Amino acid sequence: MAYSDKARAAYQTELGGIKEAGLFKEERYIHAPQGAEIEVEFPAGSPVKHVINMCANNYLGLSSHPDVVQAAHEGLNTRGYGMSSVRFICGTQDIHRELEKKLTEFLGTEDTLLFPSCMDANAGVFEAVLTDQDVMISDRLVHASIVDGMRLCKAMTDTYKHSDMAHLEEKLQEHQDKRYRLIITDGVFSMDGDVAHMDQIVALAEKYNAMVFLDDSHASGFMGKMGRGTHEYGGVVGKIDIITTTLGKALGGASGGCVSGRKELVEMCRQKARPYLFSNTVAPVIVSGALKVLDLISKTTERRDKLEWNTNYWRKGLKEIGLDIKEGDSPIVPVMLYNAKLAQDVARDMFAEGIYVVGFFFPVVPKGQARIRTQLSAAHDQKHLDKGLAAFKKVGAKYGILGLGKKQIIEKYGM
Amino acid sequence: MDDMKQMILDYVRREYLEEDDDRELNENTKLITGGIVDSFSMVSLKRFLEKKYSVQIPDAEASPEAFDTVNSIIALVNRFKKA
Repeated sequence: MAYSDKARAAYQTELGGIKEAGLFKEERYIHAPQGAEIEVEFPAGSPVKHVINMCANNYLGLSSHPDVVQAAHEGLNTRGYGMSSVRFICGTQDIHRELEKKLTEFLGTEDTLLFPSCMDANAGVFEAVLTDQDVMISDRLVHASIVDGMRLCKAMTDTYKHSDMAHLEEKLQEHQDKRYRLIITDGVFSMDGDVAHMDQIVALAEKYNAMVFLDDSHASGFMGKMGRGTHEYGGVVGKIDIITTTLGKALGGASGGCVSGRKELVEMCRQKARPYLFSNTVAPVIVSGALKVLDLISKTTERRDKLEWNTNYWRKGLKEIGLDIKEGDSPIVPVMLYNAKLAQDVARDMFAEGIYVVGFFFPVVPKGQARIRTQLSAAHDQKHLDKGLAAFKKVGAKYGILGLGKKQIIEKYGM
Repeated sequence: MDDMKQMILDYVRREYLEEDDDRELNENTKLITGGIVDSFSMVSLKRFLEKKYSVQIPDAEASPEAFDTVNSIIALVNRFKKA
């Protein structure tokens, strides 16, 4: 037998090590559509518990919106379940191209290409447009999928300290000998919830003849007055050369992603990006749902406006309670606890109080930076947020962390 | 030798640590395996060394192992200085 007892034992030991280190990830079974209130079975086999969800990327509350569900049904009826093909053989329907055009319009770019996910878009885009004559200069906190994409590309890599524009400028000066320079950043950083300085990044790109790449997965649909994303928020619509984003968060939450930007760069992806060339087309149901999402958010900014109100209310409320949060303008609001065990304990107690949040610790965030990442949604009403704040107040008091800053929490619980 | 050590330690602190990071660094601190320098960020250290000490370090020699401590970096630079 190829899967020998020795191999089995070795994998079991490795998994045991992950458990012992407190890093073992367990899924929680949700017995409901995604929403502000959900039914959760956790741990597996436990009775189902009704909780308020504060850890989804369902920023606009569209994941289970009746109009989106209805549109998906219509797509299923008129375009079928699957295409059984990659895009360039027989996997492109009229609605795929229609969605690409709508995304182009919404993002304010020149063209767009769908990918099975934004992870795939990031995995494919760099290799498709850069060579070993170029350099990629990335923020040090970009998403893991960008890191993977950069690894697959032959261009030189360099990094700048998180959102440190002076450091980025040094790097741009240093790499003037390269053919192309590509600055790479997230729009909203997924673990910290802070926003990239897109205006300054674009200004530096213009000064030092560089291109700009923006992963706007945690921003598309709600950052900026019309919800176009971080480039709108920073006043630089039309000046970003490559935007990647996802349909799996605010824009319906199902799956799928895209590369959008300069038309030649998008075309290079259509010709060369391996996850596009060798992976199945996005299912018609998802394309139909996403078209409805764009339709809804182009008609009115009501949902992003509500999200903004919720974000401000939540940030203010947490600060008033005396919790230490990361400042920012996004609906990602980390409650800083610094100690990994404390983050897990607080998350567990919050769940008992009916609030579903998750603790994050090394290696997802740097050592000594453990936190609970809370995320707002337009699906939340004030009553949900008030319940969440009351629970944080109760649990925070239990652990004696209300009113404490970083130094004091670390003194009390260690890093 | 001590000058080179100090010069590299200063560079690592300035380039890779945040301002509020007061971790102690010495010539034996694990830079790559210790999570201070990631493989993407190594390029700037390599370029700094090449410029500062007028050496050319071939990419194949600029391995994570060779860059893991200031001591191993000094050995690498000296090897190419002599050659």
